[in-house]
Amino acid sequence: MNNALLGKENFPVFEKYKDLVYLDSSATQQKPRQVIEAAQRYYFEQNANPLRGLYDLSVKATQAYEDARESVRKFIGAKSTKEIIFTRNATESLNLIAFSWGQANITQGDEILVCISEHHSNLLPWQILAKQKGAVLRFLECDKSGKYTKDALEKALTKRTKLFATAQISNVFGRLNPIKEFAEIAHKNGTLIVCDAAQSAAHIPIDVQNLGVDFLAFSGHKMLAPMGIGVLYARQELLENMPPFLSGGEMIEYVTRDGATYAELPHKFEAGTVNVGGAVGLAAAIDYIGELGFETIQNRENELTRLAFEEMKKTQHINIIGADDAGEHHGILSFTIDGVHPHDIAAIFDADGIAIRAGHHCAQPLHEYLQVPSSARMSLAFYNDEKDIERFIKTLGSIRRRMGYDR
Amino acid sequence: MTDESFYGEVLADHNLHPLHKRELECATHCCKGLNPTCGDNIELHLNIQDGIVKDGSFTGIGCAVSQASADIMLELIIGKPLEDARHYAQLFRKMIGGEATQDEIDELEEAGALHNVSKMPARVKCALLSWNTMEKLLDGDN
Repeated sequence: MNNALLGKENFPVFEKYKDLVYLDSSATQQKPRQVIEAAQRYYFEQNANPLRGLYDLSVKATQAYEDARESVRKFIGAKSTKEIIFTRNATESLNLIAFSWGQANITQGDEILVCISEHHSNLLPWQILAKQKGAVLRFLECDKSGKYTKDALEKALTKRTKLFATAQISNVFGRLNPIKEFAEIAHKNGTLIVCDAAQSAAHIPIDVQNLGVDFLAFSGHKMLAPMGIGVLYARQELLENMPPFLSGGEMIEYVTRDGATYAELPHKFEAGTVNVGGAVGLAAAIDYIGELGFETIQNRENELTRLAFEEMKKTQHINIIGADDAGEHHGILSFTIDGVHPHDIAAIFDADGIAIRAGHHCAQPLHEYLQVPSSARMSLAFYNDEKDIERFIKTLGSIRRRMGYDR
Repeated sequence: MTDESFYGEVLADHNLHPLHKRELECATHCCKGLNPTCGDNIELHLNIQDGIVKDGSFTGIGCAVSQASADIMLELIIGKPLEDARHYAQLFRKMIGGEATQDEIDELEEAGALHNVSKMPARVKCALLSWNTMEKLLDGDN
């Protein structure tokens, strides 16, 4: 536990923008100095094309890359580094599953079950796959607070359900889904489970073996790391039987005019020169989170979420989407204001130096289901403080007046 | 500062109390306009007789900029020949691009109140939605 790592002074972006209130961490988190410096150090001191290993510098680059893979393995509790595939982001990880596992395993009449609150990246790959294969895409629906019941899941699974795709934490509700129980129910039905951990990886500890998931995806940039590095975890047995996703350099063993044999795991799924700088940055982010400790992170984030939630409840004409309990929101508070379009909400916040998100947050079917055309979202991280929340609430309370209401 | 009207009184007024937001039973032409990233979604209805915009209305949802822009546009073009409507659309686009002269802005009457949008790049699409939709309608795409 190192509480000195909580503060904004560790994040260079706040040196340049001293008055910025950044409340869009669910879109991407800011990067601490240690992470930026680690990625920079790689390019200063270790850069060469890795996995070739014929000279000292390339060995160093390979070592840096594989050390990062080991950090990720430990971070999510995987059995082996063979189960850790580096990708660009969670979206690419999910597409990899759909293209590789999906093309080989989904056939006509099969069913894929997806939660209605999924981000488009955990919906579109399945929608496209289902269309290509003549499979059926089904939706698991939640209640107004974003809660899915085990009962509903059991009922939604059929003999033909090959795959169930769900986020661990919804990017709109902020609600944590009971992944371990979901995995048990899915497996009892012979269904594999894909877990999108993009919104959870920065906020709660993940143990893939304990959760029992078959696939898990997350992005580095949503957890303090650089953009352009992401992770796919899959059980080794699944990966071994999956065909390659992209083809080209670094993923082959032997190539002739007529064919090729593919490299061992995990390299089979990492075609082309890889993002070592990003992987090193991700490892530094994991170290940063490790030094802080998830307990410290969660305590701080829950404290700030509660403060914002309670003040929002006191403000008139504000409707919070999801649970009526701050503890269920994990730093994500989506809301609407009566009579004010979310884009106008975001424009007014922006004018006051506060960054929030507005729109459908890449979850259009959910907004349709909730009958809310679009919403605004504030999402925080441990590096926010009480002053940020105070300024957020002050602007929030002024918006209707500044739009011409109640004057 | 927080008590001032964010977009100015003209825009706020057209957004909160639109004059032309309704269905139009006598419409001869209808056209949909969509800004998928914003979720702005309007439908423009015009009654065109002998090359003149006899009446017009809009329906749909959107931010204050898109809603007020649609209302102000209709206020400007109702009763005018189609050539005038096209001329205003050209002027409006020029103004949003930050290239209109003061005389041209004045010619746009209340629509001139949207000239500040030229300094808000994220809102340009909102301001232009109804005008683009009108041009699409006049080009026969309805």
